[in-house]
Amino acid sequence: MAIPGQKELTYLEEFMEGIWKQNPVFVMVLGMCPTLAVSVSAVNSLSMGLATAFVLVCSTLLVSLIRKLVPKEVRIATYIVIIATFVTVVDYLIQAISLALYEALGAFIQLIVVNCIILGRAEAHASKNPPFRTVVNALGMGIGFSIGLFALGSVREILGAGKLFGIPLFGPDFQPWVVMVLPPGGFFVLGAWLLLFNWLSSRKGGLERVEPVEGHVHG
Amino acid sequence: MNATPAPTFTSSKAMILTLGLVATLCGILIVSAYQGTLAAVTANKRIALERAVFKVIPGATGMKEFIATTGGIVPAAGTLPRGGVKVYAAYDQSGTLKGIAAEAAATGYADVVRVLYAYDPARQIITGIGVIAMRETPGIGDKILTDAAFLKNFVALDVSLTPDMKALANAVKTVKHGTKQHPWEIDAISGATVTSKAVGKGINDSARRLLPLLAPKLEKLKGA
Repeated sequence: MAIPGQKELTYLEEFMEGIWKQNPVFVMVLGMCPTLAVSVSAVNSLSMGLATAFVLVCSTLLVSLIRKLVPKEVRIATYIVIIATFVTVVDYLIQAISLALYEALGAFIQLIVVNCIILGRAEAHASKNPPFRTVVNALGMGIGFSIGLFALGSVREILGAGKLFGIPLFGPDFQPWVVMVLPPGGFFVLGAWLLLFNWLSSRKGGLERVEPVEGHVHG
Repeated sequence: MNATPAPTFTSSKAMILTLGLVATLCGILIVSAYQGTLAAVTANKRIALERAVFKVIPGATGMKEFIATTGGIVPAAGTLPRGGVKVYAAYDQSGTLKGIAAEAAATGYADVVRVLYAYDPARQIITGIGVIAMRETPGIGDKILTDAAFLKNFVALDVSLTPDMKALANAVKTVKHGTKQHPWEIDAISGATVTSKAVGKGINDSARRLLPLLAPKLEKLKGA
């Protein structure tokens, strides 16, 4: 739904919102619990990103489809039930695909329920937009989140274990930088990526001043 | 004076109906996903368990699950009875019992460390361990999987029973790195003492409960 006086985004712009302008990891700094906790390897990051994207797309689609039926008083309860349902579905799917992956992601699969990117999208976008536009936006956000997680996971795996996707990169003499796969490493790498992303955004914006990222970090 | 518009209220019936409908739809989705993936999940769990058992008992090609209880050893089925301990008997191609595996668990540094240990009933020793699940610190606690010196503890860890077969002759104990003196002691990894101790405690707790139930009834497993 376009805000009066504001041009409606094209589908491509809608899709690119989550990938660049409103990237959940680098711009909105949302969903930091899974971002920092599971991004110890490239495989974990990509799997978590895709699982979140699946829940995001399915739940926002359903929210959009029933948006005119849901009374506003019970909308949050409705959204949470829908999100929890798709998280349970993805939980079973991952167990069916790979138990090793399920063990590696641990409780963070179930914690997708409280990932604020999803509830945020349901409330701020899906409840006000038609299904197709919602799916395009959610897909962009999901891919943007996966890219963010992968950016962290790959750097942490390369530096902290000397591997990428489990393949050794530097030979037997490489001494892994273990701190990178520990919690502090998550903050170091996230900080470095935020710095790079903001620098790129400010260059892209030319002389326009780039608004600083909101100072809240959400789980 | 302008009259303010009367606030609109949603009826309770509409709210309950919406929540009821959404919950029903979600219920159907969850049950369908559960039923649709059940076969694959069960198969995956079975394969993962078999892999873990065959890893700690080399040469095994088949396995059966049993439950050791005070009343004897029974094939595993349904829920675990009170006081029962699950054991995995591994056999080679000719059907000869190659060894017995059981699970041990104790709280480590980050979470519960769950290991599978292989028991050789003839020599009354533990002949190997494998990790089922752990979230120990990478590079430190997870050395229990890779540290050759630590794994040497489990080549022949003594878990012999007292002559009346009612208890372990010596409790399995993790000792400080470099101070191991007896075959029932585990030499801890320097710097990963908490995880090492969790492995020792888990094995001791499990062996203490399981072996007195298992040892007198071993024949049952040999013929299975």
